[in-house]
Amino acid sequence: MLDIEIDGKTLQVPEGSTVMDAAHQAGTYIPHFCYHKKLSIAANCRMCLVQVEKAPKPMPACATPVTNGMKVFTHSELAINAQKGVMEFLLINHPLDCPICDQGGECQLQDLSAGYGGGASRYQEEKRVVVNKNLGPLVSTDMTRCIHCTRCVRFTQEIAGLMELGQAYRGEHAEIMPFVEQTVASELSGNIIDLCPVGALTSKPFRFSARSWEMARRKSVSPHDGLGSNLIVQTKHDRVLRVLPLENEAVNECWLSDKDRFSYEALNSAERLTQPMLKQDGKWINASWQQALDYVAHAFKDIAKDHGAAALGALTAPQATLEELFLTQKLLRGLGSGNVDSRLRQSDFALDGKLGGAPWLGMKIAEINALDRALVVGSFLRKDQPLLAQRLRQAAKRGCQVSLIHSADDDTLVKIFAKSIVAPSQLPGLLAQVVKSAAEQKGATVDAELAKVSVTPEAQKIAASLVSGTNAAILLGNFAQQHAQAATLHALAQQLAKITGAKFGYLGEAANSVGAYVAKAVPQAGGLNAAQILASPLKGYLLLQAEPELDCANPQQTLAALQKAATVVVMSPFKLASTLEYADVLLPVAPFTETSGTFINTEGRVQSFNAVVKPLGDTRPGWKVLRVLGNLLGLPGFEQNSSEEVRAEALAGQPEFVADRLNNQANGVVLNLSLSAAGLERVSDVPIYFADALVRRAPSLQKSLDAKQPRARMNAATLAKLGVAAGKQVKVKQGSGVAQMTAELDAGLPDNCVRVAAGHVLTAGLGAMQGTLTVEPM
Amino acid sequence: MGAMKEFLNSLLLKELFQGLVVTGRYMFARKITIQYPEEKTPQSNRFRGLHALRRYPNGEERCIACKLCEAVCPALAITIESGERDDGSRRTTRYDIDLTKCIFCGYCEEACPVDAIVLTREFEYHGEVRGDLYYTKQMLLAVGERNEAQIAKDREQDAPYR
Repeated sequence: MLDIEIDGKTLQVPEGSTVMDAAHQAGTYIPHFCYHKKLSIAANCRMCLVQVEKAPKPMPACATPVTNGMKVFTHSELAINAQKGVMEFLLINHPLDCPICDQGGECQLQDLSAGYGGGASRYQEEKRVVVNKNLGPLVSTDMTRCIHCTRCVRFTQEIAGLMELGQAYRGEHAEIMPFVEQTVASELSGNIIDLCPVGALTSKPFRFSARSWEMARRKSVSPHDGLGSNLIVQTKHDRVLRVLPLENEAVNECWLSDKDRFSYEALNSAERLTQPMLKQDGKWINASWQQALDYVAHAFKDIAKDHGAAALGALTAPQATLEELFLTQKLLRGLGSGNVDSRLRQSDFALDGKLGGAPWLGMKIAEINALDRALVVGSFLRKDQPLLAQRLRQAAKRGCQVSLIHSADDDTLVKIFAKSIVAPSQLPGLLAQVVKSAAEQKGATVDAELAKVSVTPEAQKIAASLVSGTNAAILLGNFAQQHAQAATLHALAQQLAKITGAKFGYLGEAANSVGAYVAKAVPQAGGLNAAQILASPLKGYLLLQAEPELDCANPQQTLAALQKAATVVVMSPFKLASTLEYADVLLPVAPFTETSGTFINTEGRVQSFNAVVKPLGDTRPGWKVLRVLGNLLGLPGFEQNSSEEVRAEALAGQPEFVADRLNNQANGVVLNLSLSAAGLERVSDVPIYFADALVRRAPSLQKSLDAKQPRARMNAATLAKLGVAAGKQVKVKQGSGVAQMTAELDAGLPDNCVRVAAGHVLTAGLGAMQGTLTVEPM
Repeated sequence: MGAMKEFLNSLLLKELFQGLVVTGRYMFARKITIQYPEEKTPQSNRFRGLHALRRYPNGEERCIACKLCEAVCPALAITIESGERDDGSRRTTRYDIDLTKCIFCGYCEEACPVDAIVLTREFEYHGEVRGDLYYTKQMLLAVGERNEAQIAKDREQDAPYR
């Protein structure tokens, strides 16, 4: 520990601290622009100059290490003059257009010039003008306002992992620009808006819509990936206008992914359903809640009476709140049907009944940063869980060896130690090799089936890396969870974790994937799972927050089942054109900003939130609708008066973590390694901006590069074999479905694989996400 | 002695005559009564009457939707909604002043960085039904158009003191 005196206050700081850290600890504010606690030190704004005893000149606090017995003066005449001088220089080229600048009112330069600047400028000459850069549909630029703190440059390089922005030229000609006229394509790009201390980078969707002081700030939780980022939702006149990160070091740190930040646009979309609707003689008519709920109650009662309760099923989106999931399963089970599932994109349910609890991350999210070995199995890491990928990126930077086993070679922007890319059908075999190799290296024994496999050098390298670590983790991504042999992958990963002493976990697919297990919105003994619910067409379906034709593993089968059903009740905030064809009742339920609720994230953290705005039109919170429906059906246990009461019932108390409900250990899984696929295998990802109902309707996200139309992507060998040229239209056939799309070269794919994205209208006619298909040139 | 003096004053009606002196003085002084509406008092160039939104000589509206007037308004009489116009500039999509709330303090005019919202010399207006005194952007721009010459002249006169 070092002794330091700041403005006469003595304190002790750890070795290696900077004066800025010490000042922070002492509670003294030193003005700064370029310094940011999560970014490297640049010391180029010079705003944090302070006087240090015995130093002839003022020193930048952010870049001056503390030495023992150092005396620092932050308000001495020298320091104040230095700060005033720097401020005058910064304002020389900064336009005084605060009235039309979106940063006005929340601008660091504005605040600090009031606090530390002079009253007037002595600069009379012309100011410089910088041409604006195109940074895509999310970030609006006004580069004349830039003060060259390089926070955005350091962010894209250090946190987002891709050198997208840089500073070109020197001195007065310095400019921040994207390289070679590229736009910023990072899935974390929105953070540079928060980082920019001036109005050079502002939010494009929010542009000019409000001032920071007009908006109410409300806390909320992101309803997208398994991370459950903490949000500040800013509202005005009962409209959500902007979303900002709420700092939570244990979850999202101070970052947000673009889908968390910009998906709010969907809340004001024209596709919002605002009134209950009934289909009568093929025509949609508006109804009152009373009529609509009576209709649903009668329909469900009739089906239960005529066909038995087992002819009813519920499909719930894993993005629904815990309260909604809990009441849905309670409603179905109350009627006598156990057919309820939230794992819509999953195709292998062999783990049901064998898992010890809800599958989760297997560790705390913050522990990812401390890993020294990691194996990621089947994950479009960067696009599926952008901020978990970011943590892994930081770990890799600190020396963690990250290995990847997958079916597509997308750039993860994480430094990968070893990777092996194989066709989906080969994925279990590959993981088996790693297990065998690890067992050999550790001297452990494996089952006869595993002993048969022959180990490739890549698998050996991955195994060696895992074995040599002291804090390793094996993580199953979305692709592995949706894999046709997900249970085998799970069992292998579990075995590998046992052999190597590694942690074993799931990278949670959706905001409430864990919550669905906790709420029992997954089938228990006797109930049908998502695939079975759709495979054996039932008479009545209840769809909660889900758009099954886009959210289910097999859209073809899903549509067929829903069209055959007698009654389909859709509880959704949105009205989808294809829903109107098969649905019989549309009940408008609130999205996450309009209802109170709870999400349980992938580490088992229970995060509750309140509504931030009033429900739009006649929309009602989902839990209230289900509660009243329960009453109308005459079921017991639907007397809750608040979402807190529902939560207390679902969680038995008010825990911060649901640690006792989490367990990744599965017993008695039969391994299935002898897989061979004839023909072309489909590799399907769910692109980041097609993953759920909200992002699909956010116009700005839909304009970004990640939201381009699905293409049939193949490697050069496969293209040549099929006689297809990249850029040409092809017909992709799967089952009875056909989709016409453009062929594209993707060198990272294994042979005989075609990558076709799911979750998009274009590919919704195709069959299962895992399977074989044919491609014909047009 | 004091009691004697007080008795004489009250007997001789001294205070009454003192009062009548004042009356007499005003009887013969110059009259200040104004025969409104035929006659009107002179106005300062800083007179704070009905609000107006101004335009530049080329017809472009001055207001840039910075919302400083809305923020400074002590009576919360101003309501602004802003947005991006087709040409990319920052403009108001709504600019309303509730004159029944307004206290005519003139802070909005002082806060305005582009002299868009001004208080004119116009004070003869009224509303007949509830809502008549809720002025929208179009109404305020119309006030500005019919008073522009006077507004410009007043600002010019006052410029040295700002």
